[in-house]
Amino acid sequence: MTVNGKKASATVESRTLLVQLLREHLGLTGTHVGCDTSQCGACVVHVNGESVKSCTYLAVQAAGKEVLTIEGLATGDELHPMQAAFREHHGLQCGFCTPGMVLSAVDLLKNNKKPTEHEIREWLEGNLCRCTGYHNIVKAIQAASETMAG
Amino acid sequence: MYEFAYNRPTSLEEAVKALAADADAKPLAGGMTLLPTIKQRLAKPSALFDLSGIASLAYIKRAGDGLEIGAMTRHVDVARSADVQQVIPALAQLAGGIGDPQVRNRGTMGGSVANSDPAADYPAGVLGLGATIVTNKREIKADDFFTGLFSTALAEGELITAIRFPKPEKAHYKKFPNPASRYAIVGVFVAKFASGARVAVTGAGPYVFRVPEMEKALTASFTPAAVKDIKVSDKDLNKDLHASPEYRAHLVTVMARRAVEAMV
Repeated sequence: MTVNGKKASATVESRTLLVQLLREHLGLTGTHVGCDTSQCGACVVHVNGESVKSCTYLAVQAAGKEVLTIEGLATGDELHPMQAAFREHHGLQCGFCTPGMVLSAVDLLKNNKKPTEHEIREWLEGNLCRCTGYHNIVKAIQAASETMAG
Repeated sequence: MYEFAYNRPTSLEEAVKALAADADAKPLAGGMTLLPTIKQRLAKPSALFDLSGIASLAYIKRAGDGLEIGAMTRHVDVARSADVQQVIPALAQLAGGIGDPQVRNRGTMGGSVANSDPAADYPAGVLGLGATIVTNKREIKADDFFTGLFSTALAEGELITAIRFPKPEKAHYKKFPNPASRYAIVGVFVAKFASGARVAVTGAGPYVFRVPEMEKALTASFTPAAVKDIKVSDKDLNKDLHASPEYRAHLVTVMARRAVEAMV
């Protein structure tokens, strides 16, 4: 498989989850395990360009595919516009849900370049944040959609 | 999770043969129910046969006036399909309201229908539209397919390959979602055909069911007023921390009325 643009390989059991492969085998601990029941979205990564919950995805199912985690989003020292917008608009407090929020939001903008506030809130159905009340997260995503649309 | 063997067959024949050879093996579709179930050790399959390698099971095509949708077609693909939006927009709308975007990126129509979860959305669409479930062995009418809580007419080793939907004159799905899971506390799918109306309810009972009294009333007069006073019995309806049987019975009437309101 490819992880964040680099070839990666590991020998895992059939029951190993993608999130375990990323965190425990590849040391990419930016992907979090929150609820472990596919509800909270802290574990969201992209597989072949689409957001998925890596706690409900077998590592073997990702064989040969392209995985993107939060560690692979920035270009060198330059934050991805979505990361920059989360920082600018204070779209986080404790930060636990943030990697999943950011990757989910990036997937939203792939499908809908100028989402309305309602569409953003609907999209975030699968990402839980217990600190912010979502308000600044929504603001950050709206701002990023402006930046990214140029 | 208990240990299991993982296999990814590339043809339906291979999958069917392998599943027939091992009674404890299970087919894996999108895995949005099966994987959490295995994680909680509520299921202990000896092996999983991941159907995602069978490319011929994922497609959407027009069939006559209606649609034929491959069993491994994901919710996201149904929701965004121009064909579905044009022929049966209510089905696209239903698919777009399942779970959350990440679940819709994985979950499949065949997986949901084969599971017959009492709170799943697709069974309401399949029964409400009077669809035909195509398996590797036969064709089963939706009216004969759902047989109980997590139970269907599928035999051991029988796999859904596609579902065929007739085109209604109009249809709409209205659900009262659990605010956390988005599963239906009650969901009502109403469809109007030249031959009459169909009303299918999910979330309320042990499995999806039709409401003949509402269908009769809507066939006579397709208006919200026709259903607004029709009550269903709360006997045998689901009871959990989210809603009582009485409340679910009430919601069936409200959601049916709202579904019709959305169409007139």
